[in-house]
Amino acid sequence: MEESKKKQRIGVYICHCGGNISDHVDVKGLRDVMAGEENVIISKNVMFACADSNQKEMIRDIQDNHLDGIVVASCSPKLHLHTFRGVAERAGLNPYNYVQVNVREQCSWAHSDHPDEASLKAAGLIKAGIRRVASSEALYNIEIKAHRSVVILGAGVAGMRASIDLAKMGNQVILVEKEAVTGGNLSRKGALFPTGQKGTELVETLTRQVKNEPAITLFTNATIEKITGSIGNFQVEVAIHEKAGETLTFATGAILVTTGYEPYQPVEGELGYGKSTRVIPIDAFDQLLESKSGELQFEGKTVRRIAFVYCVGMRQTNGNNKYCSRTCCTAAIHSSLVVHEKFKGVKAFHLYRDIRTYGKNEVLYERSSKAGDIYLLYQEKEPPVIEPRGDQLLIRVKDQLTRKRELELETDLVVLVTGMVSRSDSTTVADRLKIPIGNDRFFNEIHPKLRPVETVINGIFLGGSCQGPKNITESVQSSLAAAAKINAIISKETLFLEPIVARIDPKACTWCGKCKEVCEYEAIFQVETNGKLVASVNEPVCKGCGICGPVCPYDAIDLAQFSNAEIEGMIDGFSDVVTLVQKTGTEEVTATKKTVKMMDFPSEWRSIMQSLQENPMTIPEIATSTGLEPALVTWHLMTMNKYFIVEPAGMDDSEEYYRYQLKIN
Amino acid sequence: MVTKESPRILVFSTEKISDPGIDQAGLRKIHYSPTVYVISVPCSSGIKPRWVLHALQSGFDGVFIAADGHECSYSPRCPELTNDIIAECQRLMKEKEINPKRIRMAAICSVCAEPFANHMNNFTKILTELA
Repeated sequence: MEESKKKQRIGVYICHCGGNISDHVDVKGLRDVMAGEENVIISKNVMFACADSNQKEMIRDIQDNHLDGIVVASCSPKLHLHTFRGVAERAGLNPYNYVQVNVREQCSWAHSDHPDEASLKAAGLIKAGIRRVASSEALYNIEIKAHRSVVILGAGVAGMRASIDLAKMGNQVILVEKEAVTGGNLSRKGALFPTGQKGTELVETLTRQVKNEPAITLFTNATIEKITGSIGNFQVEVAIHEKAGETLTFATGAILVTTGYEPYQPVEGELGYGKSTRVIPIDAFDQLLESKSGELQFEGKTVRRIAFVYCVGMRQTNGNNKYCSRTCCTAAIHSSLVVHEKFKGVKAFHLYRDIRTYGKNEVLYERSSKAGDIYLLYQEKEPPVIEPRGDQLLIRVKDQLTRKRELELETDLVVLVTGMVSRSDSTTVADRLKIPIGNDRFFNEIHPKLRPVETVINGIFLGGSCQGPKNITESVQSSLAAAAKINAIISKETLFLEPIVARIDPKACTWCGKCKEVCEYEAIFQVETNGKLVASVNEPVCKGCGICGPVCPYDAIDLAQFSNAEIEGMIDGFSDVVTLVQKTGTEEVTATKKTVKMMDFPSEWRSIMQSLQENPMTIPEIATSTGLEPALVTWHLMTMNKYFIVEPAGMDDSEEYYRYQLKIN
Repeated sequence: MVTKESPRILVFSTEKISDPGIDQAGLRKIHYSPTVYVISVPCSSGIKPRWVLHALQSGFDGVFIAADGHECSYSPRCPELTNDIIAECQRLMKEKEINPKRIRMAAICSVCAEPFANHMNNFTKILTELA
């Protein structure tokens, strides 16, 4: 890293935020102080720094005055960092020669009880920003070449379907399956609704397509051992278990996780499980149906009465599986209909907690009811008691719909309708990929609604039921969505990554290896420069945490944007002596409030006002209507409320949220 | 009572987790001393002891590290590495005859608005007593 030249032409913008800042902080006084700072060419007050009109003015300022650095003192960088980086970029200034100073959340709001002190603090914060920008370097996004290949973990229906599409889009696919055969859970399913096609047939069709596709390489009995690198260029080590000790390494642009689920395994004694061989989980029951014809027999005895018990291991108030597995109601009712189709004279009882045959599956529920199936509603706190009686089973259940009367049923078979749980090896997979796991122990996406197939690790995607219970349709939908996203990224020849990475000064480095030791991402390696062994950073792999910095005994490592000059410059800025003429009163703010024009409002205000034109709305409703984050809506709405632009209009019907309406037009 | 003579505290806070917690204190108007200044860093294990020393030698009375603890998304060893940094800071502080109580650390989560304000009030009190 070279000592960059200090910036000479700096522009400072101090925002009123419509009063949020200027009510408590002497923004005019600050503007005058900052105008006198070294190398500051422009120092301005603005009503709303984020407003389109101001953004345009900033671009003009930067271009007309050849500014080489800008400081915006307004809200938290969480809100507008990217707004102003964009302004810099559009004006032809490097976006990393802009510094955001938080004088709202961390000053005017936090210290509204002490306005004089808040003004002094703001002065320190802005001076620190000026010194930081003075030492800032122009940084450029890291360009990497993307491999047009994808590693897919799990050759179930989701993985196979995605691999076929990715191959057709022109990518190489490495499909890694832990089991000896493809198909996963689907290969254990019989006839499926609504086509009647068998799970095994679907698996055969997909496996054939996978094997016929030259761009797909399928490894069965294989697992992933190690992953390094980053989006566009991961190195994935795959262990091939058939040939003991053999591992292969693939360079790949992206990784798709389609590892699926495991069926819930009932515990010994749960609803009679283990007390009698006649209590079986639904998967075993489906296989029984597949294998029999003519008469339904189990252990040499004709089955005439079956009881299905729902929600086994799911929706546990006290257990770990709080969630509903959502596919099992449909699966059980479907199995019951298969029984009626294939075998005559079998009576089915359904002991349920709620029936969730959503969407088209509702038709099945209707058919089952018409076929004479009997539905009995039980409560979680009073589950059915199931005991062997001779070669039958005796069930006692309190039916909530017949005045909670306890009923006794004798059946030949009890089918436990079990749901989906995360795979027992999911923590191993999560550790190797460094992707997060939720409380339900399924893998987590970045955003459940807006970014449903991406993980926090750039370049690693989720598909199918490794993310949570899904039926076949939903599994395939999500894995194909991931496939399309992956192709959109890796089909570009080059990718750009943020340049906030560690840099090593080869002159100071003596290669002690301490930095390499603490780096979780193996981004540091040894190189020889001028006959000397030194550390070097693999930039695309570096995550920009800066952990390698403090461990270096020679202070040879700096993180971009967090160099010693920048941080120590900020500390000096905080400590610089400031004289502000203390004044109180807000008459000026009141004056500007009246003359403020709609165009001066931030764009968020305008979209919130737009959405409130017709009816009053709650914060979540405004968030949905405007597409803004609810937290952001709250922020802006509170300000708008304060300045009489909106007002509360009573609670919503569920009495959960306040509605807001426009006060001005 | 907060005055202009209140102890000056420099906070190193993490961008993704502690910063939103500190921002939330402001949003909810939970007040703390206006002589608290925050520098955001990606990870508390990336704070160099020389920065801490620089602050303590140029007018700051205390340095507070708002860490992610086990929530750190960069390294599972983060709590241990941050501890090492603080130990090193205290060693250097002793050399310069600075009371090691002038550096403190706590995990501040993304909704830890009140805990943050409490830590600041508490640290302000400790530093006032040290003065």
